[in-house]
This record gives sequence, C-alpha cells and structure tokens, in this order.
Amino acid sequence: MSTLATSMTSRRMSNQGHVAVGLATVAVGFAVSAALNGLSPSWVIVWSFMLYPIAVYVSSRILEDRRQATDRLVRVSVTLAFVVVVLPLASLVWTVIREGAARFDATFLTGNMRLTPEDLAAQNGGEAVGGAFHAMVGTLIVTSVAALIAIPLGLFTAIYLVEYGRGRLVKAITSMVDVMTGIPSIVAGLFSYALFVLILGPGTRTGLAGGVALSVLMTPVVVRSAEEMLRLVPNELREASYALGVPRWKTIVKVVLPTAIAGILTGSTLAIARVIGETAPLLVTVGLAQETNLNPFDGRMTTLPVYTYYQYVQPGIPTDAGQSRAWAAALMLVIIVAVLFTLGRVLARVLQPKGMR
Amino acid sequence: MNDADQTTTTGSVTRMTEQMTGVGASETPDGLRVSDLNIYYGDFLAVRKVDMTIEPRSITALIGPSGCGKSTFLRSLNRMHEVIPGARVEGTVLLDGEDIYGPGVDPVIIRRKIGMVFQRPNPFPTMSIAENVLAGIRLNSKRLSKSAADDIVEKSLRGANLWDEVKNRLDQPGSGLSGGQQQRLCIARAIAVEPEVLLMDEPCSALDPISTMAVEALMLELKSEYTIVIVTHNMQQAARVSDRTAFFNIDGTGQPGYVVEMDLTEKIFSNPTEKATSDYVTGRFG
Amino acid sequence: MTQSTIESAQGSGVEGRTGRFGDRIFAGLSKGAGVLILVTLAGVALFLFREGYPGINVDPSEMDGSDTFIQYVGPLVFGTIFAALIALAIAAPLAIAVALFISHYAPRRVARTLGYLIDLLAAIPSVVFGIWGIRVLAPLLAQNVYPWLGDNASFIPLFSGSASTSGRTMLTAGMVLAVVILPIITAISREVFLQTPRLHEEASLALGATKWEMIRQAVIPYGRSGVISGAMLGLGRALGETMAVAIILSPSDGYFWSIITNQNSNTIASNIALKFPESSGLEVNRLIATGLVLFVITFGVNALARRVAAAGFSGADG
Ligand SMILES: Nc1ncnc2c1ncn2[C@@H]1O[C@H](COP(=O)(O)OP(=O)(O)OP(=O)(O)O)[C@@H](O)[C@H]1O
Ligand SMILES: [Mg+2]
Repeated sequence: MSTLATSMTSRRMSNQGHVAVGLATVAVGFAVSAALNGLSPSWVIVWSFMLYPIAVYVSSRILEDRRQATDRLVRVSVTLAFVVVVLPLASLVWTVIREGAARFDATFLTGNMRLTPEDLAAQNGGEAVGGAFHAMVGTLIVTSVAALIAIPLGLFTAIYLVEYGRGRLVKAITSMVDVMTGIPSIVAGLFSYALFVLILGPGTRTGLAGGVALSVLMTPVVVRSAEEMLRLVPNELREASYALGVPRWKTIVKVVLPTAIAGILTGSTLAIARVIGETAPLLVTVGLAQETNLNPFDGRMTTLPVYTYYQYVQPGIPTDAGQSRAWAAALMLVIIVAVLFTLGRVLARVLQPKGMR
Repeated sequence: MNDADQTTTTGSVTRMTEQMTGVGASETPDGLRVSDLNIYYGDFLAVRKVDMTIEPRSITALIGPSGCGKSTFLRSLNRMHEVIPGARVEGTVLLDGEDIYGPGVDPVIIRRKIGMVFQRPNPFPTMSIAENVLAGIRLNSKRLSKSAADDIVEKSLRGANLWDEVKNRLDQPGSGLSGGQQQRLCIARAIAVEPEVLLMDEPCSALDPISTMAVEALMLELKSEYTIVIVTHNMQQAARVSDRTAFFNIDGTGQPGYVVEMDLTEKIFSNPTEKATSDYVTGRFG
Repeated sequence: MTQSTIESAQGSGVEGRTGRFGDRIFAGLSKGAGVLILVTLAGVALFLFREGYPGINVDPSEMDGSDTFIQYVGPLVFGTIFAALIALAIAAPLAIAVALFISHYAPRRVARTLGYLIDLLAAIPSVVFGIWGIRVLAPLLAQNVYPWLGDNASFIPLFSGSASTSGRTMLTAGMVLAVVILPIITAISREVFLQTPRLHEEASLALGATKWEMIRQAVIPYGRSGVISGAMLGLGRALGETMAVAIILSPSDGYFWSIITNQNSNTIASNIALKFPESSGLEVNRLIATGLVLFVITFGVNALARRVAAAGFSGADG
C-alpha cells in the first residue's frame, strides 16, 4: 500500500518552498539593484520580477524534475507577461483620467477655441478658458458622414456576398475587402484628399472629405461583421420563407436581416468606435477651426482627435492650459469609445432573437 | 439568386399567372403529374427518370434507403431544388395540367401553391406565434385587417391542431414552443397561405411519439382539402397514413436514385411486385 | 375548396411582377455596392498615383530640400520598417504569452473579462497612446533606462550615441507602437488558441503531458499559422500607425541605427502628419507619393499575412 502511494506521487515543492523562493528572489533583486542602479524601491521590484522566473526554474530543477521546472517556468513567465502588459495599459487609463479630469468642466464641454484677448489674459492668470464643443460637433458630423456611407455600402456588399454572389466577382470583392482592411489610415486620408482635389481644387479641407476618408476605413469592418452575421442565419429559415412563396429580396429584408440585426448593429457600433478616434486622416482632410462649423460641405472643422493632437503639441502659452485641454479631450475620446464599445455588446444581448442564443 | 430564377426572370409572368389562376379556380384539382424527371446537382445526376402521378386529396408516401433522392425529388416538386446553386432538373411536373417548369413560370408563385414542411421545425425566431402563422401572407405584403388576420391565425392553428395549446400566448415567440408544437406551427404556417399541395420531408423525425401521433392525425384531416406528399423512414407511419406509396432505391453511391415501384399502400406493404420492395418493407434490405 | 379566394387574396399576378421587380432592384443594389468597393479601391490607387506622380518625377532643384524622390523617401522607408520591427519584436512575444495566459491559464470567468478588455483597448485612439507615451513613458525611460544603456551597452550599435534626455527616441516610439498593436495580436492569437480541438488537448494530457507539454504538442502547432498572420497584421498596423510616432519621435534627416538618441529616421506616416498641414504645391504631391509607397509596403505585408493564414488552414485540413 505504501509503495503504491509513493509511486503515484511525485516530488512536489511545498508551499513553504514557494515562499522561500519568492523571498530569496527579492533578496537577490535587492542586491542587484544596489549594485547597478542604486537602491530604489522601484528597481528592487523590477529586478525581483525579472529574476523570479529564473528562481522558480532553478529551485524546481533542484527539488522536482526538469519537466516540472519547465512547466513552472512557462506558467510564471506567461503570468508575468500579462502583468507587464497590464501595467502600461493601466498607466494609460489612469493618466488619462487623472490629467483629463482637471479640465473636464462646463467651459470645456460648451466652449470653443475662439479666445478673446480677455480670455487669453484670464488664461495667463491660470483660469480655465477654451473648450471643445466645436470639436465634439465636428466629430459627430464627420463620423456621421462616414457611417452614412459605410454602413449601407458595407451591408449591401455583405448581402451580395452571402445572398446573391457567385463566382469570380465574390472572390474579387472578398480579397479587395481584405486589402481595404489593411489600408493605413493616413493613406485613406490622402486618398480622400486627392479625390477632393479633383472636385474642389487643391488645398481645400471639408468635413465631407474627412467622412469619406473614415468611410474607407470603416466599410471593410462593416462588411466583415455583417457578412459573418448573415452567414450565421440558418439556411432553413430562408428555405422556409421561399417555401411560403416569398420572393428572395423579401426573404432577405423580412427574415434574414431581422434575424441577424443584433450582430449587424453590434458590428456597426464597433466600427464607429474604431474610426471615431482616427486622427491622421482628419489631419490631412478636415484640418482645424476655432469655432463650430456645421457645414460638412464647406470649410474646415475641428474634431476631437485632431483637437487633442494640436492642443498637446501646440499648446500655446502657458503650456499647461493647452495640454490640460488635450487631456480632457483624450478623456472624452476614451469615454466615447468605451461607451460605444459597451453599447455594442449590450445591443448584441438585447436584440438577439429569443431562442437563437 | 439561383440560376433558374434568374434565367426565367424575363419570361412572361403574366401568362403563368393567368394559367394558374384559371386552373386554381377549378373545383377539381388534378394533382401532380411527373414525367421523365431527371434531377441534377451540377453534373451529378441524383435522381433519374421519374414518372409518377400524385393523386389529388390523398396522401402519397415516399420511402427508400438514405441517399436515394427522396428529399431531392420532393424539393423538385415545388422548385425548392433550384435554390441550391447549380441544381437543376430536366423533364416536366404538371400541376393541374400546367408545367411548373414551363418557360416564364415564376417559382415564387409555384411555392405559394405547393407548400412545404421541413424535417426540422423552423419557425422564424424574430416572430411571434401569430406572426409566424401570418408570415406567408404578410411577407407577400398583403394588408390584412386585424379581424381577417385573427381569423386566419385561428383557422390555421385549429387546422394544425395547435389552437388550444397556444391561444393564450399568440404574441410570444414561436421558438418558445416544444419541438412537436413548433412543427405543427410550421404546418399551420404552410396551410395559412392555402396551398393546393403540401410537401412534408420527414416531418416527424424530430418528434416524440405523441407529437408524431398528433401530426399524423392532422395529416389525415388535411387530406380532405390538400394533396399531401410525405417522405418518411418510418414504415408503420407510411402504412398508417398514406393511400399510395412510392419506393425509391439506389444501386450504389454515386449512382442516381430511381423509383422502383409505386402502388396502393396496402399492396406495397403486403404484396409488392418487385423483390427489392418487399425486401425493404420487411426489413431484409441490403 | 377556397381556391378562388386564395387567388384574390394573394393577387398573384401583381405580386409576381412586383416580386420580380423588387428582386431585380435589390440584387442590383447589393451587387452595385460590391462593385463600388472594387471601384473605391481602384480609386485609392489611381488618385494617389495621379496626385503623387508630380512629386516623384520632380526636378530636385525645384524643391527646397533638393533631394531626388528616392533620396527623400529612403530614410522614411527605413524609419517606417525599423520602428515597426522594433514594435513587433516587443509586442509579438508578449502578445502570444498574454494570449496563452488568457486562453489556458487564467480562470474561465476572468478570461472572458480580460478578452473583453483587450478588445476594448484595441479601440483606444492612437493619439491617446501618443500623448501618454510622451508624458509618461518617454521621461521614465529617459531618466532610468537610456542613460544606463548609453553608459553600459554603447558597444551595441543600437545603443550607441548620446542618450536622449527627452526620451523622444526610436525605442520609445517602438514601445508605444508595441502597446498599440499588442491588443490586435493578442486578440487573434487568443482566438486561435481557444479553437484548438479539445480532443487534441485531451489526447496529449492523457499521455501524461504537463500543461506546457500539452500546449507545445497540441495548441502551438494548431495555432501557429494563425499567430503568425496575427503578428503580420500587427506589423501592417505598426507600419501605418501615424499619431503615436508623430507625437513621440524627434525626427532627423538620414539613416540612424541607434534607438536611444534624439536623432531618428522618421516614418512615412508620421512625416506626412507633421508636414502635410503646412505644405503646398509640389511638396504636397511628394508627400502623397510617399503615402503611395507606404500603401505598397503595407499591401505586401498584408498579402503575405493572408498567404500564411491560408497555407495554415489547408495544412490543418490535410
Ligand atoms: N446540396 C447538394 N449538393 C450536392 N449533392 C447533394 C445535395 N443534397 C443531396 N445531394 C446528393 O443527392 C443524393 C440524394 O440525396 P437526398 O438528400 O435527396 O437523399 P434522401 O433520400 O432524402 O436521403 P435521407 O433519407 O437520408 O434524407 C445523395 O447522393 C446526396 O449526396
Ligand atoms: Mg432526406
């Protein structure tokens, strides 16, 4: 009986063993930090983290066996990698909230950047002036233009690919959608710029051109997600509808689309979230304005991402005033993206036809 | 869209309409007459040379081993076959004397006259029970008064023996019903458009014995008004409900299926002409 | 029998025709949309070329910088690829490890939340990553890491030269790019890892494999092509990423190998973002021409990524 028990249990590190390894690592980290960087708590932590996988491996090699040691090494490394990745992301979110909160006020939400001499004097005196209302309006307009182009275009293309298309045209469209997915955003901006040079002449900037640029980025995302959703609709439903003598297009409109609508809306919302923070294409197509411009067909317009960029890199004097506005705009962007993103997920839940989960 | 639909788009729809209307008004439907029908998937001949007469207002059962082409044949009777890319047929299928594969004939109209119930219940998940029943009419963009709609819902659900079970929850989703109820809902949906012929592909294979009994009883009631064609793997079922039975067989994989014999159900099950048939119905097959 | 009422109720004559008509319109619309996508893409290439060509073919003396186009775009191409490769070298191993953590190590419920967060992070605008990089990461590295590297590792060409005190270096830019593309690679890798057939995993475990041995036997071979194509997509994204680089990098003209100094080759995208708003005339054409070059590079990388993915799938079938 006892021989059986020993043959079925392998040598395992005890809990105390793990604690000992951890403490030893910190001690070594302490020493290394003292030798190389001078003693600072953050360096001790950094070195301890970097040395811990090695410590685990070595001790497991000694106390257990090679296979266990490798297994432990991977487990620890993978977990540490996760921590390493979470750190900058957490820092980013934290920084945006901390820096952005300072100017996330009524003036910011309602004002624009046409500053009077009195405003500038007040700003010099440390008062909060200037806002991003015009940028929010601009983002709303430009993104709406993009959505108005991209969602119908993407949806109809997906319908063609899934419901009608056959043969070479489908292949061509599918691979071109792939290519479109990979277009760098700045190139989409240049394309739209070049297109509008032809229409309006060189050097013009309009909200419409920005919307077109964003729609180039958005369309493939809509096509992909809508296509996927349409393919999820069981063929039996289409056949049931045909068997009732319903023409194909009505089957699509009244049976297929309602069944897929949750996924399609989710995909479109996520596509909007994707493009709403695009900066580069708007930098070259829409430019910057000091005040609200409601007309997408004429004149420059400020959008939130471009506003963030310029307020940060050309903050004016004093620097802090502009950069605080940049952070507030960044916070705004992050909130918008997070809300859209969550909305997309919630829509998927709520609209999903019952019995199709 | 499927090839056949596309190629016939430009045909004279009106002619077919007139023909169908003329025939539809007649009091004595003539059933289906299939002659020399070859059914293909692309280049693959799945069913060859079917000649068959399906009597009106009776139940015809199609039996045979798996893969012999029963579903394929059934779907070719209301032009559902051509929904599959590359699928096509040769030959004629006469509905009350007119060829449903004739030039210019609109498959959409054919399918309104020849309804279909599928193996797996497939109510529309986005619609309520009542909407499911009305789907065929509503989707054809008929405006219905509330009372007319209610009448059709009740009549069809009663016709499908489902009314008493669902009358208090007509506005709830159809997918919330049990499998047997869903299948009867699909039958109600099919008969709501008042077709002449009802095709059923193994309608009971996903159902328990009690639901099966309910559907069988329903078929026997429906045959006074509809021509019914049913595919089944259940010999007892074929023997119980059908008036005539056709036995399909296949000589080997890759070969086309064909009709071995068709006769009165009693004869097929007691004294068939062909040895293959008697082997199959007595379970001595293969 | 109610045949005649059916006919009148269905009105099949008119219906048939409108059904046909509707079908033709709807089929036409959807086909038109598909074709419009093809046209748009052709338009992208065509218009970029049309507006870019004058910039390629220009006489150097007409431009203030007096470089030929090749001399102008060369360092930018170098900088673009260099920055993207640094980002990929940092992001790919981390992303794969994190994907493994989420798919095979983290508890189920935690894993779902983590997956959601990673997807969300992929949507955070890069301009935000950019200002975070210059506010937080650049000073951190400039104070703690670059001086040390400059003192102790300058025999490696990558770390030669005088270390930047502002932190606006190629390495900082590469690290921020890595943070930008990390969620993308992670999301794709996690997906393919999760798709590993349970049967393969269990077969391996049943042979007495440890978790890592199971992952090496079952998960990695199955997911390899997916991960590679995910990494290539990340690379494509890094090549085209604009704002993070434009905000962080301190650019100079020429080719620079050191990644910890204030002298860095700029990237194509960042160069466009910095110069375009103030440019006019031929300068604009030249910038558009560099955009065309970027388009070609990313097109190549993405095509390669799809190749890899496709090869992987047919391999998995066989
Ligand atoms: N969509 C299709 N494409 C190509 N071939 C098909 C398709 N559907 C069926 N077939 C082939 O046609 C032949 C007949 O199939 P069918 O489904 O009609 O058989 P069945 O008699 O209904 O079988 P079962 O009793 O299993 O339902 C088979 O060889 C099958 O492989
Ligand atoms: Mg079948």
